[in-house]
Amino acid sequence: MSDNGISRRRLLGGAAAVAAPAAIGLGGLLGARGPGVESALADSTSANGHAGHGEFPHATFAAGTAVDHRANGFDPTEILRDFDYGKTRRLASGRLLREWEIVAHDKEIEVAPGVKYEAWTYNGRVPGPTLRAREGELLRIRFVNASEHPHTMHFHGVHRAGMDGMPGIGEMNGGGQVEPGESFTYEFDASPFGLHLYHCHVAPLAAHIARGLYGAFIIDPKQGRPEADEMVMVMNGFDTNFDLANEVYAVNTVGFHFINEPIQVKRGELVRVYLVNVLEYDPLNSFHIHGNFFQFYPTGTSLTPSEYTDTVIQGQGQRGILELEFPFDGDYMFHAHVSEFAELGWTGFFRVGDPSKLTAAAAAAAYCKLPWGGNGGRA
Amino acid sequence: MEAGARAERDLGGGLPAWALGAIPLALIAIAIGSFALLGGPGLGDRTGPPVEEVAVERTVLHPGEIELTLRNDGPDPVTVAQVAVNDAYAPFVATGGKEIGRLDSTTLKVSFPWIEGEAYEIFVLTATGGTIPVSIPVAAETPEADLGFYGLMALLGIYVGVIPVSLGMLWLPFLGRLGRRWIGAVIAFTVGLLAFLAVDAGLEGLEIAAEAPAAFGGAGLVFMGGLAAYLLLAGVDAYLSRRSQRAEGAGAAVGGAYLALLVAIGIGLHNLGEGLAIGSAYATGALALGAFLVVGFAIHNTTEGLAIVAPLRGGAAGGSERPGLSRLVGLGLIAGAPAILGAWIGASAFNPSLAALLFGVGVGAIVRVIVQIAPSMRDEDGRLLYPVTVAGMLAGIAVMYLTGLLVTV
Repeated sequence: MSDNGISRRRLLGGAAAVAAPAAIGLGGLLGARGPGVESALADSTSANGHAGHGEFPHATFAAGTAVDHRANGFDPTEILRDFDYGKTRRLASGRLLREWEIVAHDKEIEVAPGVKYEAWTYNGRVPGPTLRAREGELLRIRFVNASEHPHTMHFHGVHRAGMDGMPGIGEMNGGGQVEPGESFTYEFDASPFGLHLYHCHVAPLAAHIARGLYGAFIIDPKQGRPEADEMVMVMNGFDTNFDLANEVYAVNTVGFHFINEPIQVKRGELVRVYLVNVLEYDPLNSFHIHGNFFQFYPTGTSLTPSEYTDTVIQGQGQRGILELEFPFDGDYMFHAHVSEFAELGWTGFFRVGDPSKLTAAAAAAAYCKLPWGGNGGRA
Repeated sequence: MEAGARAERDLGGGLPAWALGAIPLALIAIAIGSFALLGGPGLGDRTGPPVEEVAVERTVLHPGEIELTLRNDGPDPVTVAQVAVNDAYAPFVATGGKEIGRLDSTTLKVSFPWIEGEAYEIFVLTATGGTIPVSIPVAAETPEADLGFYGLMALLGIYVGVIPVSLGMLWLPFLGRLGRRWIGAVIAFTVGLLAFLAVDAGLEGLEIAAEAPAAFGGAGLVFMGGLAAYLLLAGVDAYLSRRSQRAEGAGAAVGGAYLALLVAIGIGLHNLGEGLAIGSAYATGALALGAFLVVGFAIHNTTEGLAIVAPLRGGAAGGSERPGLSRLVGLGLIAGAPAILGAWIGASAFNPSLAALLFGVGVGAIVRVIVQIAPSMRDEDGRLLYPVTVAGMLAGIAVMYLTGLLVTV
């Protein structure tokens, strides 16, 4: 009796492994109703009340649940292309001064559908605003601490010790620990060009970073970079139960966000991804793209790429610039090639072209042209 | 003294007795009601965030699906947000709703292509970001509770309960040949055996209670079950002996047949718990129904049959009663058949709180039986403990321990 049971289950398991990629493929091809893959999957799961054995194409949240971006006050998709250039004015010396005001708030945010987290934020969002300047400018960042806890802004870059946002070192000019209700203005040169980051450096450090106090900091080279569709991806995670291990992993905070809302890009257009890893509690994070390769510029401090690859690994604080073009239309997954992180939220799709123009008839015709297609290749 | 009594009467002011009883009740109701209506004046809000305590009552595995029954054990409602199996979020449906009120329960049907023989660590993520851990040490499909399954469980109960107990009762003729002074040793052997079962059932009950929701009593259920069973049996005992005394005239001693019935009831309640443990272990795949296990239980439980027939020889009346076959079969069923019922409950509707209570009931029943049959060990001088009975009790414990090694569930 048990022998039959085992073999039947093994057989089902095998069937699921075969059926799963097929489901993804069809979802991508036939996603004619807009939302595409997700809606196709949602339909197949809701049809019989609950998903069966062959209906687990990839890890995901419960069907019909979504994060309320309006309540959060930010949307991971908008964060992608939201660059904060601050306010500029020309100094008497002729040099350009760039200024920002950043306010730290305590704020409850939703990091996975239905899961609230007491975050600490810069300007009410996680990650904080992507500050963007040009090499050689004078930067002035007024930091106001409206949180109930002391914080700082510690920038990666070349600057004096007193501007380091480091408690115990910046105190001589008020730039150390910024107590609740106090403020401080950091001032330094935009140097070197590349992709950097900023984060709070108050102890206990892990908690202050994990709570959401970080953001990307881009210094463009003087001559600029080639025209591209640019986007920021901050790889982060959330330890919602405070056991020093993350329950939710993501790019730009919300787990599986780019599964539900794929990143829309154009075929043949240069895409530039500013990739920053701030993940706390795990030593490594990574980025992997499906069906494509990219040029990689570690820390963005050179204009010559170091590697042509489809996977990079980053420790906490590491970052780099990715440049790629998509030669084909369709949905292409990107995720941490740490499967655990990927299946706990750090997974998304690039959507190349307009899938709504990919009609079911066109997809079926394309399928028939394949050697193993429906009519045996006799078109 | 008289003055005091008069003062009490005066306090009553001539009111009828029912009113004197009802007035405090009414005042208590008014006080509690107004306290609740005013929201507990002076107490303020709780300090700190809500405490989430959720017990996992049942885990059921079907192909491609893991079913978790959760019970909210804490003071605040808990809302289930997401579920991850082996660090991968998985889609699920909450049949009892995602919000679980205090002492309420819900069942999550999680879609996941689990593989037989693998271990799974699940966490249920709540709305506050808290996690409820669930462990599946070895994944195996939960048997469908159909007719064939109930038949299998019945067969199992007969194998481990009815047959061995009945076989053990076949020692009755042997006991009949034993000299009067050896009967004390046999009764002592029975007492030792029962003491072992009581301790064993108590520990098992406490172990199960550790997984049960604390709000329903947890380990307390074992003790309450034990106390209740002891008191109930003592009450029944007092009622029956009063009747038999009336029938047979004052001074009649407790009959051996009656003691045998008590032992059978006690062992039956114990076997109910044993069947429960076997059934639930089988349902969760933790138990392989091998011949070894069944043989082990048979040897283990055969000694229970001996315990039932011992009082038939050793009843304080002293005479060797000749019980009919139907009475013997009845005793065997009372002691053994509850294993079938236990296996059914354990395999189809296992609930840790209920199981803990039932194990406690078994303990209480056995303790009561020990108290009942111990006087039969007395020698001519009225001593309970003398070398023969001490050796008998130790032998009973040793035999149960050794045969118990065969049947670790």
